Amino acid sequence: MTDATSGATARTVKKSAVQGSSRGRRIRWFRRISQTFFLLLFFFLFFQTEFRGAFDTTYSEIIRLQYPVSLFLEMDPLVAVSTALSTHAIYENVVLALIIIVGVILIGRFFCGWICPLGTLNHFFSSFKPERKGMKRIAANRYQKWMSIKYYLLFALIALSIFTSLQAGLLDPIPFLVRSLATSVVPAINVGIRESLDFLHSSNIGVLQSLADAGYLVLGSSILSYKPQYYHLAFVIGIVFLAVLVLNRFITRFWCRGICPLGALMGLLSRFAIFGMRKDHSRCDDCNLCTLHCQGACDPQGKVPWRQAECHLCFNCEGVCPQEAIRFEFFPDQDRKTVKIAPDLKRRRVIESFAAGVVALPLFRSSLGLAKNYDDRLIRPPGSLEEEEFLARCIRCGQCMKVCPTNAIQPAMFESGIEGVWTPMLVMRVGYCEYNCVLCGQVCPTGAIWKISEEEKLGKVPGQANSRSKAKPVKIGTAFYDRGRCLPWAMDIPCIVCEEFCPTSPKAIWVIDEDVTRSDGTVVRVQRPRVDVDRCVGCGVCENVCPVADRPAIYVTNIGETRSRTNQIRLESGAYN
Amino acid sequence: MSENKTDRRQFLERSARAGLAAVAATSAGIWLWSRSEHPHKTLSSAQVRSYAVKLPESVPEMAILTNGSPEQLVTEAVKAMGGMSRFISRGDVVVLKPNIGWDRVPQQAANTNPEVVRRVVELCFDAGAKKVIVTDVSCNDPRRCFQRSGIAAAAASAGATVLLPEERKFRDYRLNGELLSVWPIYTPIVETDKIINLPIVKHHNLSRVTMGMKNWYGILGGRRNQLHQNIDMSVADLATFIRPTLTILDAYRVLVSNGPQGGNLDDVRTMKTIAAGTDPVAVDAFGATLLGVSAEQLPYLTIARERGLGRTDFEQMRVERIDLGQDAPV
Repeated sequence: MTDATSGATARTVKKSAVQGSSRGRRIRWFRRISQTFFLLLFFFLFFQTEFRGAFDTTYSEIIRLQYPVSLFLEMDPLVAVSTALSTHAIYENVVLALIIIVGVILIGRFFCGWICPLGTLNHFFSSFKPERKGMKRIAANRYQKWMSIKYYLLFALIALSIFTSLQAGLLDPIPFLVRSLATSVVPAINVGIRESLDFLHSSNIGVLQSLADAGYLVLGSSILSYKPQYYHLAFVIGIVFLAVLVLNRFITRFWCRGICPLGALMGLLSRFAIFGMRKDHSRCDDCNLCTLHCQGACDPQGKVPWRQAECHLCFNCEGVCPQEAIRFEFFPDQDRKTVKIAPDLKRRRVIESFAAGVVALPLFRSSLGLAKNYDDRLIRPPGSLEEEEFLARCIRCGQCMKVCPTNAIQPAMFESGIEGVWTPMLVMRVGYCEYNCVLCGQVCPTGAIWKISEEEKLGKVPGQANSRSKAKPVKIGTAFYDRGRCLPWAMDIPCIVCEEFCPTSPKAIWVIDEDVTRSDGTVVRVQRPRVDVDRCVGCGVCENVCPVADRPAIYVTNIGETRSRTNQIRLESGAYN
Repeated sequence: MSENKTDRRQFLERSARAGLAAVAATSAGIWLWSRSEHPHKTLSSAQVRSYAVKLPESVPEMAILTNGSPEQLVTEAVKAMGGMSRFISRGDVVVLKPNIGWDRVPQQAANTNPEVVRRVVELCFDAGAKKVIVTDVSCNDPRRCFQRSGIAAAAASAGATVLLPEERKFRDYRLNGELLSVWPIYTPIVETDKIINLPIVKHHNLSRVTMGMKNWYGILGGRRNQLHQNIDMSVADLATFIRPTLTILDAYRVLVSNGPQGGNLDDVRTMKTIAAGTDPVAVDAFGATLLGVSAEQLPYLTIARERGLGRTDFEQMRVERIDLGQDAPV
């Protein structure tokens, strides 16, 4: 990553000719390499969150992704802490977050400066031709009171987590980044690239067409998905993300300093760090180069204490200080003039923000939604837990939306109340649930969508929700006919595309041949379809392929979903028997 | 009022600039206005795509092989038809169109047997084909269908080019059928030298049996879900449009109920049968008998016969029946 060196005042320009300590500069380069490595790793795993087809010569019946694509989400300490609070357990690989947590406890917020992919992006956009330079940038880089907002946001989110409403994912940088990229930024880039390449291809000029084909070939394994993906109200998610990037132009790492609840958590965790800054106040001649390059706004300059909880350990200050007044080391002096260990918090504000979280919950739940008869079209991915437990786990990272092969999984709005914004739901007009596919559960980092196997989903072995009884397939809803719109029912026209696509065996959609008299008096035989409610798994392929495209003649609602004990039609299916 | 300082030179320059801008805007506007026309699509004009080859009278019109492994059955069937070099010339690009419609594994018999595909790929290369393309426009997610059917791996291991359907490669074609006028077609399938249709025999609740002619649904994009409203006419129209070099019908495993997707192994019968033929109507007429359905019971075969696409009385044709008499592994 580049660091802003341009446009400093005349004084600092002169000073910058004198380099800081060689150790500092060396560590700075290690940091840049680390940031680049983790950013590339992040994007690599992100682009691998899609089954593209492994068409080599070996046959495999089981479809899995090749890489641990949720790694960054699983090692996110805020995911771990907030889901641990809301579920009293840590799900599978989220235990990896302990590596980061222990690291932060020992040495401070190295994650922000060295690993966090959103931090790296913010770092880059803060440093690349920024709006504010020189003295203005120095002024903006000093610690300011509003930067403590992130702690209060964290306390409110923690309070909500304790009372089982997991809202941390809205602002947690890793879910925020994955969601923004998956549902908005990358689909938008896809549209742009596809339009351009298809324009070249439509030219009917051989060279340009080969160029377009080459483009698809090269990008087809990374940024271009197999099919263009579309997401409900994705531009809102995209605009929020762009705003976060653009704000860096005015305030270095605006998000990291002021908003990021993960940064706040790590600021709190860094309290006992045995690693930190030692500064020699007497050597400082106020050149402010350290502040000019500061990422965390942790006040590295002399004569004021360093703010340990804000520091990203970027090592810029040590690298640029011409007086070599700054040095990071183990067990530095903790004298009060040199370091301010605790974050800048007001007890009253802490209590208020926590209380805000506590009060928000009943307010959220007083709306119709979770409590009573939530939206009938809120169809959760297969393997999802019961709604309350689901909301206690879902961090809205969008991994399931990215991996869904049919694009069916969409970000919800208020179908599950305000708590459920951007949680996943299936929209069957867009896609449908592939009968043999379990990838959404495979990538879900927190178990909101449980990691079910194909056998569990198809009901070949007892699964999560029916371990007491015999194995049943996982049902996400039930299909219903609108006989007033169905071709064989309403118009005496043969159709039954729904029956053809119905994946269960025997089929949940079955037909009765009927001889009917048409308006012109002719008698025709049509097959009129019905749904066998006990066989239907709610996959929605019937709704997806129905030729009555605008408002399908068969549609799925969530009743009968395996995950719910109460949202059932049939006596046999409910929990109370 | 102050004195106007515009001199003659400025007056001329400014007038010229303003005048040019006005003329440019007006001519651009009028030019765009003249381009306005009723929206329509530019279309290719092909109506029949025939990939058939001329064959001598000595070659049978159909070969029906039974009781062997898929590989043996295909090999012998093609041999009985006079060998693949009768159909494929050196340097040909050959498209194989198996049924890769569903996210099912080979044992479930919803897609063409991968061993059949593999063997046909090999035979095409042996006959000197330059490139063998294996593709289909699947019903379920193509990536899953191609992998789990085993066809992608089998074809790739024999050296074929496996093409996943891509939206950008569809073009509107004028089929000029009785029912189907203009439809988007996956161009790599039709822009080729030879096509071998590789359908599988399956039960289908609406059309009763799906085989070779209905397999051409898999070249279409667009709103395929409307075709069911007149399935017989749409199948016949497609078979009118596209005339394959050869049809090799896979009846090794046959889905006899709950088609065309199946899923339950109880619905699958192992019939160990492969039929190869140049008359697509006759091959389908034979295939239907495997499910106990006669050609007369399938209206699309009648329409096809009436249109002169082929014969339904395959018993009266030059048919070679060979029983390999082997108990090959199921």
